[in-house]
Amino acid sequence: MRLDPAVSHDLLLTLLPELVLTGWSLVLLLFVAWRHQTTRDLRLTGWLTFVALVSTAIATWWLWWNRASVQGTVSMVAADDFRWVADWIFLGAGALTVLVSFGYLERERLLAPEYYVLLVFGVLGMMVMAAGADLMVIFLGLELMSVAVYVLTGFDRRRARSAEAALKYFLLGAFASGFLLYGIALVYGATGTTNLGLIGTQVGALEASRSSVMLLAGLALLIVGFGFKIAAVPFHMWAPDVYDGAPTPVTGFMATGVKAAAFAALFRVLNQAFGTLTTWHDIVWWLAVVTMIGGNVFALSQRSVKRMLAYSSVAHAGYLLVAVSAGGSPATSAFLVYAIAYTLMTVGAFAILQAKGRAGESDVTIDDLSGLATRHPWLSFGLAVCMLSLLGFPGTAGFIGKWYILIAALSAGQNVLAAILVLTSVVSAGYYLPVIMAMYMKPEPDETAHLDVRLDRWGRTAVAAVVLGLLLFGVWPNRLFDLARSAGGSVQPSSTSTAVSPP
Amino acid sequence: MYARWVITALLIWPLIAGAVVLLVPGRLAKYVALAASLVEFAISVPLWWTFVPDGGMQFVVDRPWVAAWGIHYTVGVDGISLFLVLLTTFLMPLSILGSWSYITRRDGGFYALLLVLTTGMIGVFVSLDLFLFYVMWEVMLIPMYFIIGVWGGDNRLYAAIKFFIYTFVGSLLMLVAILVLYLHAARATGAYSFGYAHLLSNAKDLGPVAWWLFGAFFLAFAIKVPLFPLHTWLPDAHVEAPTAGSVILAGILLKMGTYGFLRFALPFFPSVALSRTVQLVIVILSLIGIIYGGLVALVQPDFKKLIAYSSVAHLGFVMLGIWALTLQSVQGALLIMINHGISTGALFFLVGMIYERRHSRLIEAYGGIARVVPLFAGILTIVSLSSIALPGTNGFVGEFLVLLGSFRTYPIATVLATTGVIVAAAYLLTALQRVIYNPLTNAENEKLSDLTLRELLVLAPLLAGILWIGIYPKPFLQRMEPSAKALIEQLRPPSSVAGQP
Repeated sequence: MRLDPAVSHDLLLTLLPELVLTGWSLVLLLFVAWRHQTTRDLRLTGWLTFVALVSTAIATWWLWWNRASVQGTVSMVAADDFRWVADWIFLGAGALTVLVSFGYLERERLLAPEYYVLLVFGVLGMMVMAAGADLMVIFLGLELMSVAVYVLTGFDRRRARSAEAALKYFLLGAFASGFLLYGIALVYGATGTTNLGLIGTQVGALEASRSSVMLLAGLALLIVGFGFKIAAVPFHMWAPDVYDGAPTPVTGFMATGVKAAAFAALFRVLNQAFGTLTTWHDIVWWLAVVTMIGGNVFALSQRSVKRMLAYSSVAHAGYLLVAVSAGGSPATSAFLVYAIAYTLMTVGAFAILQAKGRAGESDVTIDDLSGLATRHPWLSFGLAVCMLSLLGFPGTAGFIGKWYILIAALSAGQNVLAAILVLTSVVSAGYYLPVIMAMYMKPEPDETAHLDVRLDRWGRTAVAAVVLGLLLFGVWPNRLFDLARSAGGSVQPSSTSTAVSPP
Repeated sequence: MYARWVITALLIWPLIAGAVVLLVPGRLAKYVALAASLVEFAISVPLWWTFVPDGGMQFVVDRPWVAAWGIHYTVGVDGISLFLVLLTTFLMPLSILGSWSYITRRDGGFYALLLVLTTGMIGVFVSLDLFLFYVMWEVMLIPMYFIIGVWGGDNRLYAAIKFFIYTFVGSLLMLVAILVLYLHAARATGAYSFGYAHLLSNAKDLGPVAWWLFGAFFLAFAIKVPLFPLHTWLPDAHVEAPTAGSVILAGILLKMGTYGFLRFALPFFPSVALSRTVQLVIVILSLIGIIYGGLVALVQPDFKKLIAYSSVAHLGFVMLGIWALTLQSVQGALLIMINHGISTGALFFLVGMIYERRHSRLIEAYGGIARVVPLFAGILTIVSLSSIALPGTNGFVGEFLVLLGSFRTYPIATVLATTGVIVAAAYLLTALQRVIYNPLTNAENEKLSDLTLRELLVLAPLLAGILWIGIYPKPFLQRMEPSAKALIEQLRPPSSVAGQP
């Protein structure tokens, strides 16, 4: 299905998933204005949100099924497989977060259904980011997502830590948006356009001329802006405090959705607009190395599980940056596979962690998990699978993702980067394994230690889905590969062809 | 017909059985596990007769797994892996039977993990697809980690994580090396495949990269062997693991390293592996392992640690035999791999049995118990003598062949290695004397009970193996010979060997 953005009917079709979700968000907004008193209202809003996300996924699926694509290069939104797969990641992260949130909101007495509306806006922003074929659209999506997530971070307004996290995130985030916008302005100054395709055609010609300084400065500022959102070292300072202070389901949503969206936009910008440029490969190379080493080393010394996972998400951003640095279509496919695996395992880990946290106090240390396996064998098994997957152990989806990234890096000739990736993965065993060790190998401190561990039916459903998904993709990744391969090829500038592209 | 399903059955059956063990009530777990492992052994036994010693791969099954990436489920055995598979299925029922009174909590989990471990170990030995090999290599790590960490001794957490991280470092670098080989072969031929034969035939003209790749494989396998100075995880893991864990660790897991050298590191990178520098380094490290391992064993107060260090020495002989690359030395190395599984396995069982009675592994806690527990003392003596390589026992055949074969290639190193045999006699005979002979001074030892019928059932097959290989090793050597010969001819073109006697 070829869509021409000049025709309004086609333009609406291109934006179909976003329009569906926008419609739903308005419905939800009206609904919560009208009913926001009881727990029942909260549940109802949650289920409506779930339905909204699922119906948006169906709309996305319909476009994917009909192979929707956009004619010409001047469209402001792209319609390609990369966008659909990225959308599914955001929608999946959102839907899992909804399932996990039911029990959490009621336990923490956060009886405000606006929570779900904000979640929908966050997902909408991410989808716009992944769709944007124009720097302005990407920026709009980024702001829509960010503002929603700032509020979600501070949602537990009675807790000082939550408010502190929100303020910190907002201030630093606003600063980073400034960088991004400045970068866009400089790129516009150099090329006279904000459309990714048009920038791409001009970059080659500009490389030799004087104005390339302005272009490179713009590119650098863009990388800084995105680096903040993906929490790459040295722009990661906010991540541990914000992840720690935010309500746990929101942390899971932030660590997966926000990161995946920023990476999706980064991939599109670097590949479509700056695909012919080689400068950014070196910048990202260093960023990846520093992020992998920093994230893993800082995570080693964390006692609190939530902070440990925060630093581990920094480390995973580093692994994804390896894919960015490698560039080309296998790297983009690798990113999608990794993002799917990472979303599953991270949401799962935070969901189980939240079951352990008591009301009002969310600081669960690794030692607090001692002996969990004897009381809650299934929850422990789920957390163990998530940890092994985060570690990249064969048999889990995490391994498949890491493996794909390694292939992408090696086929781009980045052997050193691949070696650093696996060596820092070894370091990560030093903090993922203690969680398993505490659960299975240490005795329960006393009989009442795990009495309050509770995960409601929907939380359990989400965890079960995550664990099954991780194991299934770990053993039988064929479908995932097929999907990622067609999606990975779709964001490449049509003129350039990559030297070696494995299947 | 048998040839088509046997390997797959050996891989899948333990997984099914492991799931069943988890489902049945805890007190039945050990019976179900024992029955399952006996069935597994029964499935594998006909391999011995149906195997045709012709130097090639047999019982091969090849099915696409992730076809787009050239990942296949390809398995098969030759004269090298056949014995390791049989050793695995042979030791598993014994390990399960030997744990009956040792494991007192969470039985179901323990036996299920042992069964899953079986799949992983057999998988490593039969994989003919490097992706499958890597997955199996890693997968077997998790059950062992849990076995040490949950059912181990006082210092088990430290030992478990040390074991895990040591192995993990090596194997991840090996993964990168496998992927580089894969992409290299793909560039050369245009075909993407992880198949062993495909990668092997395209591993030439790698240039200087071969050194790095060999280094990655070397690290992974040398940690597992373990080669000095990468052996430090071994004493900790051995001592802290429960009896069955130690037996499997020593009996089978260590052989994965030497098997890896034989199957992958040597054939893939012959020019690097047989360069003077690498030869020198490996022979020297093996020698250090043999002599240093023996000397350290000599001063161990803890019997289990003594056996652990003796493993370092035995595996040094294996490495020497492999790198000497003569027919006798390679056959000898393969035979030591089997012998070590049997003898050291039996030693760990015996230490575990006496530990269950007295709750001490210290040599000085015993003395003169031969009169109290004559059966135990008699069997310990025979097993120790086989570990020292007394003629008539299995140990002699293997070490003799290695020394004989290596003398042609490395005369000086072989002479030095021979002193290792003397050191072995020194530490094991001293320990034997202090434990079962000497005057009985400790009153607690007077009430020790002798071996029960169950314990005799565990030890009897091992004793039979010791005597069989010691007296009539021909059936073993016969089956190994073609594969060993094929390997040597592949690495050393016949012209260069022809001149030697």
